[in-house]
Amino acid sequence: MKPGKYFESGAWAAAMGALASGATFFSYYPIEPATDIAEEMVRYGPKNGLLVFEAEDEISALGAAIGASWAGAKAFTSTSGPGFSLMQEHVSYAAMTETPVVLINGMREGPSTGQATKAAQQDVMQTKWGGHGDYEVIVYAPYNTQEMFDLTVKAFNQAERWRVPAMVMADKMTILLMEEVVIPEKVEVVNRKRPKVPPEQFEPFKPEEDLVPPMPRFGDGYRVHVTGVTHNEKGVPVSDDPWVHHKLVKRLCDKIRKNRDKIVEYEVFGDEDPEVLIFAYGFPARSAKEAIKLARSKGMKAALFRPKTLWPFPDKELKEIATKAKKVIVVEWNYGQMLNEVLKVVPEEKVSFVYRIGEIPIPPESILEEGGVRI
Amino acid sequence: MSLEESRKKLTQMPEMSLARAEALPHSLCPGCGIGTILNTFLRAMHELEEEGKLDSSKLVVISGIGCSGRISGFVKTDSMHTTHGRPVAFATGVKLARPELNVWAFGGDADLFQIGLNHTLQAARRNIDIKVVMVNNFNIAMTGGVPTVTTPPKAITKYTPRGWFERSFNIPKLMASAGATYVARWTTAHVFQLKQTFKKMALRKGFSFLEVVSQCPVLFGRYNKFRDPWSMVDYFMKMSRVVKGPQYLEEAAIEFGKPILVGEFVETEAPEYTETIYEAEGVVRK
Repeated sequence: MKPGKYFESGAWAAAMGALASGATFFSYYPIEPATDIAEEMVRYGPKNGLLVFEAEDEISALGAAIGASWAGAKAFTSTSGPGFSLMQEHVSYAAMTETPVVLINGMREGPSTGQATKAAQQDVMQTKWGGHGDYEVIVYAPYNTQEMFDLTVKAFNQAERWRVPAMVMADKMTILLMEEVVIPEKVEVVNRKRPKVPPEQFEPFKPEEDLVPPMPRFGDGYRVHVTGVTHNEKGVPVSDDPWVHHKLVKRLCDKIRKNRDKIVEYEVFGDEDPEVLIFAYGFPARSAKEAIKLARSKGMKAALFRPKTLWPFPDKELKEIATKAKKVIVVEWNYGQMLNEVLKVVPEEKVSFVYRIGEIPIPPESILEEGGVRI
Repeated sequence: MSLEESRKKLTQMPEMSLARAEALPHSLCPGCGIGTILNTFLRAMHELEEEGKLDSSKLVVISGIGCSGRISGFVKTDSMHTTHGRPVAFATGVKLARPELNVWAFGGDADLFQIGLNHTLQAARRNIDIKVVMVNNFNIAMTGGVPTVTTPPKAITKYTPRGWFERSFNIPKLMASAGATYVARWTTAHVFQLKQTFKKMALRKGFSFLEVVSQCPVLFGRYNKFRDPWSMVDYFMKMSRVVKGPQYLEEAAIEFGKPILVGEFVETEAPEYTETIYEAEGVVRK
């Protein structure tokens, strides 16, 4: 796509972000509201070197994407709540095998089928805790069409950089909403590290200083064994020594935990020393931003803290600004998920929670009023 | 012989050039049929490479979970030990992303026909060039001998002490009806046929399926009046009847005391999925 200004949907922007990142493989199983992304990939993918694969289910969709990644592709899949649940075993597998792969989730209302055509923010904890075992992933929360492009690019780059699953947690609104989006002249693209030594000297899971091992491609003579079983640095399964497991899983987590400062992103909108701080992410953050404008127009010192990365969570940055505030209002389209992360760094007595469980608009005035702020 | 000596000996055998010596000691029980399957597969691939028909650096061996799931770990090629039931899904991604690779998916009866049945049938329907090998040992062995979709009626297992009362799949017929363009079955008693079939599958274009009837002496055989591994292999040999052609599919279900039909049931041609989709979609390869 040519650089410039467009009036397009979030699905289109995510598709353009994927192609700008150099994606070459996309797999999916149809599910609303994520199918719109598949529609864009079918339209724009092939002529830009990307193959679209409609899998038999979401388990296969992510499995195929992981396989494609090892065969050298930049691979991704898109899904929504129920499909995202089905993918969790393979998220865990991708984390264990250090496979770069991107998932775009169009969150909808749950539990179960819920309301399939309505937006929500009910999968945000599942991104981190959905699969079995300890692992870290990188998760973005776009709040407008522009970020559907920008954060999709970042998800690809970070997946490649750290060899982890990276996720874009969109929702029905951010996928379908049409607004202005700018495709920049230059897009920064990160590619995974390749082996620097010949096959006979190469140890496939031996990390470099940044805790990330270089990744060979199937078919290039490295004869690597990829396994979800605990493995040593040579890639040989080790089922009997718990210390090998301890060391491996610690590294898989540490490569993100120790590098969190390089990954964490957030926006602060408003005053640097607010009396009232609103914490919001994704689509409801748009209303929260209006609430900040409203409060400030009445002479109040107010700010919005909006994490762009849900994981790693910008906890110390939130804590710093929240310490100055008398009141912290948490806004979510669920019954309290990221709220718990806020409560880890902000004293409970300061916090009020304004929520709707699903796609019920929260007007800016209601955020302030229900949050106990009089204007 | 010490472990180091075993590894060294393995690397010194030319026909075992594709065995992964560092994977020793292996995890298989004494008398397990998977050793025979690995042996014939490794020999077949070695021979093809010697004959200049195959480049083993382009060979990818993928497997699922279970005893047969361990197969990928013993092969010195790019290899992937995946999740339970999903080796074919991963193999599909590998093949689609890099069509020049020679992609194999190994799995057990439960892996490919119980938990992972969907992927196996869908790959056959698409006629994607993946070579699928199913090791049928009549039970889910790694978890202690649990019955599965190929357990013959009335079989005794630790989990069915009063006998197994479900019907079992007729595997060749199932694969043929899903559209597989190559369907064969042999047993671990047929080592030459196994090797030849592996060679044929490696060079064939399109979805190829091989069922290998295999002995599990420890967790299946001894509960069903097979006193040792050999008596089971001997039974396979005695009961096997070599056939060729789809007219035998109807009778291909395996039951105790009845003939085990072996041979090639299906060998046809159809457009291969990877090639077709790249061309039809006009994918510009980067």
